Amino acid sequence: MNQAAIRRFVTRTSYLFPLALLIVVIMINYSRQDNLLEPSVLNRNIRVFLPLMILAAGQAIVIIGGGIDLSVGAMVSMCNAVLVTWITPESGGGEIMLAILLTCLIGMAAGAVNGIAVAYLRLQPIVTTYATSFIFAGIALYVLPRPGGQLPRDMTTLYRRLIEIPVFADIPIVRDIPILNEIPPAFVVILGIILLWAFVRQTRFVQYIYAAGDNPEAAYTTGIPVQLIRFGTYVVAGLFAALAALALTMSLGSGSPTSGDAMTLDSIVAVVLGGTRLRGGQGGIIGAMIGVVILGIIRNIISFYDVPTWSQTLVDALIILIALAAPGLIRFFTRIIREYRISRGHIT
Amino acid sequence: MIETIRDRVQGANRISPPLLALMLAIALFFLGELVADGFVNFNQATNIVRLAAFLGIIAAGQTLVIISGGEGIDLSVGAIVTLGAILTFRLTEGRAELIVPVLALVLLVGLLIGLVNGIGIVFLRIPPLVMTLAMAGVVQGLILLVTRGQLEGETPEIMSQLISRPLIFDLPGVVFLWPLLGVGMWLLLERTPYGKMLFAVGINRMTAKLSGINVPLVVMLTYGLSGLLAALGGFVLLGFTEQVFLNLGDRYLFPSIAAVVIGGTLLSGGKGSYWGTMSGALVLQLINSLLQAAGLPQAAQLIILGTVLLVLISLYGRQQAFRQ
Repeated sequence: MNQAAIRRFVTRTSYLFPLALLIVVIMINYSRQDNLLEPSVLNRNIRVFLPLMILAAGQAIVIIGGGIDLSVGAMVSMCNAVLVTWITPESGGGEIMLAILLTCLIGMAAGAVNGIAVAYLRLQPIVTTYATSFIFAGIALYVLPRPGGQLPRDMTTLYRRLIEIPVFADIPIVRDIPILNEIPPAFVVILGIILLWAFVRQTRFVQYIYAAGDNPEAAYTTGIPVQLIRFGTYVVAGLFAALAALALTMSLGSGSPTSGDAMTLDSIVAVVLGGTRLRGGQGGIIGAMIGVVILGIIRNIISFYDVPTWSQTLVDALIILIALAAPGLIRFFTRIIREYRISRGHIT
Repeated sequence: MIETIRDRVQGANRISPPLLALMLAIALFFLGELVADGFVNFNQATNIVRLAAFLGIIAAGQTLVIISGGEGIDLSVGAIVTLGAILTFRLTEGRAELIVPVLALVLLVGLLIGLVNGIGIVFLRIPPLVMTLAMAGVVQGLILLVTRGQLEGETPEIMSQLISRPLIFDLPGVVFLWPLLGVGMWLLLERTPYGKMLFAVGINRMTAKLSGINVPLVVMLTYGLSGLLAALGGFVLLGFTEQVFLNLGDRYLFPSIAAVVIGGTLLSGGKGSYWGTMSGALVLQLINSLLQAAGLPQAAQLIILGTVLLVLISLYGRQQAFRQ
């Protein structure tokens, strides 16, 4: 492979650096927690990471399309409040399904508000979604004035089992294959998402998202409905926020009017850690999900290395800062080395 | 060419955003009388200007950063405000003679944090949004590590007297300090080489570079100034709160951005003014005071605030359409 081909490969594979970083943090975590790779521990970790993974995937789609959504956290709070208000410990299956369906619609409606304001009224995404986050936070507080609510036991156990249930252990033939029957279901969930994305990636809608984010004017000139696509990305983010809220509610078992607020900024950091640039038109949701796992494992490491309580925030922030700076640092030093070699006459 | 001419024609007919925001602020103030009896009086006006002044001072650096363009935004101002207030609180321990050296130290610390932001953004090409967000985490972490949650200290008596208590004609000192900063910011933006370079960098970095401007230096300096002004904001804020909390500055972070946008400064950079930000801060404070005076439940206050912000942004925060 010549140099140009290598460079093209690296720029197109935006997951390369996040993947390397993921391996590094997993190795550091493993050095202190040697049961990290056991199915039960893996599954427990994924269960904690899953709400933010879903949310970051939605955020990634908005960012790829050239926008940003600062209201996703408030949407999670709102959907969490709605879910625990509608679903009581006595709710039956049909009632629960209806509540989940309606919550998804509420999330999409909230996303549509953002989408109309940003795509059709052409308002600045950052301030617009900041403004709408107040509206969603207000609705969350109106629906659920104070923390509370309770899900049926079945739902919380279902969430645990959804991820922990040995998927392949009950299927004939497969259960006799040594490695396959031990694959933790967490991997199946992740593999499913990757396959789904690989499939969706080829659809026209997603191709248009990339085009609209990369160069909106050019996309518009070639006949891509840029406004509709932008609107669509926000609706998708709203749906993902509702699904993230469902996962969060099922893992917590209760609700709080501010449960998702802190997730907004984490979702953006995860997207950037995952190799998606904020300018749009590049990246993907898999990178964003890797970013969430990196963030989560960094927090694991901090707890396993017995970092003193008062320095935890600092250590956490510094590691994130270094991770964000690493690609730039590598670029910076390779440029300096290159210039040095040119000045010495090694390269012309 | 046609576009610029049309822009000029439209610009001639349109009221300038800072003026519009100011008119809106005055209208909102008198609207207050409808919401709550006795809202319109001298004390209330002073109080609103005083509260808006803190936001206005904190938003000064944000204005510079946003004018510099390149997706410029500073999410570390909240943490730096907290740091500035806590440093002053702890180091002076109420002694008046230490105020000036501590202020110098606080400003220096703010400047340094801002410069680090600038270095990350310019040389490591980290997007401003995440660079300053991560920096906010680092500053918050430093505060926790050093204080260990124990916020001991004292506010010098003279600070609260000079800043937030009636000083001249029953007006608190900050009401004079703020316009003074406004004049300083106007001079900086309109009458110094730095200001001219800042606008040039904000409009188009490539053309700025080609016309001989040291773009990395200007951008770094801008983030440095933002850190310095946020630290000043924390110092001044302490004169009002007289107490510190670990999240003292957080609630000023996004309002500082909103104030800049309401004041007509473009988030895409290259256009804006500090007068606009001052009017924006007044508008935001008035909305808050009105909502509180109306005695609505918290949920309704949030929903109305969000809706009003949305309406304000749509007044002149619109981007260009594609069909041009």
